[in-house]
Amino acid sequence: METEERGALHGLKVLDFSWVIAGPETTRYLAFHGATVVKVESKSRLDIFRAYIPMAEGIPGINRCGAFDAYNTDKYDITIDLNKQKGVSIIKRLVAWADVVVENFMPGTMEKWNLGYDDLKGIRNDIIMISFSMQGQTGPHSQVAGFGTELQSLVGYTNLMGWPDRPPSGTNSPYTDFVVPWYGITAIMAALDYRERTGKGQHLDIGQLEAGASFLSSAILDYTVNNTTATPRGNRSDYAAPHGAYRCKGDDRWCAIAVHNDDEWMGFCNAVGNLSWTTEPRFSTLSGRKKNEDELDKLTESWTLGHTHGEVMTKMQEWGVPSGIVATGQDIHSDLQLRHRAHFKLLDHPEMGKHSYESPSWRLSKTSGKIQRPSPCLGEHTEHVCREILGMSDEEFIELLQEGIFE
Amino acid sequence: MNEKRVSTLPLQPYRVLDLTDEKGSFCGKVLGDFGADVIKIEKPGGDPSRNRGPFYRNIPHPERSLHWFACNTNKRSITLNMESLNGQEIFKRLTKGADFIIESSQPGYMEEIGLNYTILESINPGIIMVSISPFGQTGPYRDWKGSDMVYMGMGGMMYISGDPDRAPVRISVEQSYFQAGAQAASAAMIAHYYRQRTGEGQYVDVSIHESLVCSTHLTTFFWEIGGYNPRREGNRVSRGAVSPRMIWPCKDGYLSWRIWVSQQGSRTRAMVEWANSEGKAEELKDLNWEKMDFNQLTQDELESWEKHFVDFFLAHTKAELYEGAVQREIILFPINTIHDLKDDIQLHSRDFWQEVDHPELADTIIYPGAPLQSTECNYNVRSRPPLIGEHNEDIYCHELGISKEDLAVLKEGGCI
Repeated sequence: METEERGALHGLKVLDFSWVIAGPETTRYLAFHGATVVKVESKSRLDIFRAYIPMAEGIPGINRCGAFDAYNTDKYDITIDLNKQKGVSIIKRLVAWADVVVENFMPGTMEKWNLGYDDLKGIRNDIIMISFSMQGQTGPHSQVAGFGTELQSLVGYTNLMGWPDRPPSGTNSPYTDFVVPWYGITAIMAALDYRERTGKGQHLDIGQLEAGASFLSSAILDYTVNNTTATPRGNRSDYAAPHGAYRCKGDDRWCAIAVHNDDEWMGFCNAVGNLSWTTEPRFSTLSGRKKNEDELDKLTESWTLGHTHGEVMTKMQEWGVPSGIVATGQDIHSDLQLRHRAHFKLLDHPEMGKHSYESPSWRLSKTSGKIQRPSPCLGEHTEHVCREILGMSDEEFIELLQEGIFE
Repeated sequence: MNEKRVSTLPLQPYRVLDLTDEKGSFCGKVLGDFGADVIKIEKPGGDPSRNRGPFYRNIPHPERSLHWFACNTNKRSITLNMESLNGQEIFKRLTKGADFIIESSQPGYMEEIGLNYTILESINPGIIMVSISPFGQTGPYRDWKGSDMVYMGMGGMMYISGDPDRAPVRISVEQSYFQAGAQAASAAMIAHYYRQRTGEGQYVDVSIHESLVCSTHLTTFFWEIGGYNPRREGNRVSRGAVSPRMIWPCKDGYLSWRIWVSQQGSRTRAMVEWANSEGKAEELKDLNWEKMDFNQLTQDELESWEKHFVDFFLAHTKAELYEGAVQREIILFPINTIHDLKDDIQLHSRDFWQEVDHPELADTIIYPGAPLQSTECNYNVRSRPPLIGEHNEDIYCHELGISKEDLAVLKEGGCI
């Protein structure tokens, strides 16, 4: 059982300068599986998600922010002033300790602190450094600032959400921030393996532009081969009808239904109680259903409006029809399948109180991993890291403290 | 970093047996991009997901699926009937020499054909078996059916996407299988790290549904901490007490830009100065954006400022505005189509696009290339997607030592 508690990545040491989403999401999963992740902040340079909505109980505070809290579980947090020479030397001692250094500043920022890849390599020759950015570390647009919320427009995602008769409507979520962490984790693990075989470290360069484009590769090939440019289509699909989100009983409640083939159509007809319109010959084949899709959508919605979104989903699934509610955050918290998978775990945060944290989408049979500690308060582990990891004496720690190095 | 690129593959020593259909093929694609030897094991006649469009020159054919091409570069292909005893025997032999198995069949199917993790682990204790399924291997939704839109809906992305007066929308190009596949690759590699230290393999259960829950911001913790559910707001995004406008028309399309305040307020000032240089947004030039806080503003105030930018944007093209914004350190991006993306100068300068020969089509196809770069390793497309059973002889004859005569018998019997 000892290995169970330690996690798959026990012993892996990560020095983490990252902030907002892309970097912190990556290192959160490493910490979830037992890696020691030391997050570096300073009182003058907070992770900007410490000042971001929502705040616990609506009360502002740097240790009360939901977004920071969600993406930084199980990490150790230290504050160090990198504008002071002694601050940089402490960081260099942590670099010598670390296997992996993670950052997602504007390219060039680490170099300004003399903590670029070449500097790190001078401290530890086989260091693995991973830099997340908007558009990569090189090239004419490497220095363009941004956030995933805007960057996803450059990649093409914003233009792929909405209706054919209207301007694109996009999403509230910075989607490409949730593409790069998976490449990041895989790349770090692969680089560690490569280092074990060759003794060589490396600098990994992951941009949201390239990584985001890789998730559009089928649409990209449709363009490079067929000259077809994908357009926003509401919820339509070439290969299914009905295929959409249909309004249900309640305030802004919807359920997605996808009927791909004749078997699913039979199931759909049964689920809606074989209403008379379902037997009309114009709907009996997929091509007929596609041809009469506008009408079919209206009829489908006339049925869903009489039921709750949960009832529609369950009835459809009982008859083998792919269907799912259009879930709010609240719905996700009460999802029975996620409960079964123990997706949410309750922990007590010193300032935010008891609330639930989230697990990854995978379950490992032998080293399941778990969330053991809530997100850290600012500088919560400065002393712990200095003493336990760097082996600092009382005298040295107090001297540095008095000099304001841990600001 | 381009000049330093060397052809070193971080996962070169490892072999992946990829049994997946469209639900899981991106997982093997990622491991293949990182250098693993990925062997796609297809049903005789080919993986059914080869029938998914779009198709090369719009001609439906299992050797022409662009969807399949996109997720199966850097792989080899063999055909095998896993439901025959001979097929299962051969699969067990392959398992001995493999490091990863990825499958995306209906939960329970691998057990039914006598190839569940317990059995495969007894053959190769180090094996890492990854199952990618709609909702997971156990639980009340285990046998439920999913589809891209269903996962997007249940994952939370749809509720916050689209126009408020119409239904919530998904991303019009399927994303769920990319998300689940990439997350499965991460999980496989975490298990691999553990195996390198202990020699132990393990079983990895990935839920596509849960992979979407894990790729959406503004949902779960907004409810848990904030006590509310953000909604879709069309051309606006909800941030604090107000929702700044995010999507604007310009001369030849659309762009993304929003008013920033406080720490990022200087970026708004830069935009005001730019607009002002053309006689627009003049009224806004004395506002102190750095001193403002989104939580103190009203929506009406914000919208009264926003309207000054409409004419300025309409007078310029996406390209003009992007270049101008880059020079002025304003966060503004064009809302690109796939066509625009293909022309992006940053991607060109980083050699992102890769020409891949398809001799059977007598053509060269341009693929999206490496999703990341490194000073040491290479993540490019090395080989086009394989033809159905293209590597049968390599694997069965040269590697497993099956004679060509026996291979013919297996083929005759529908096993290969």
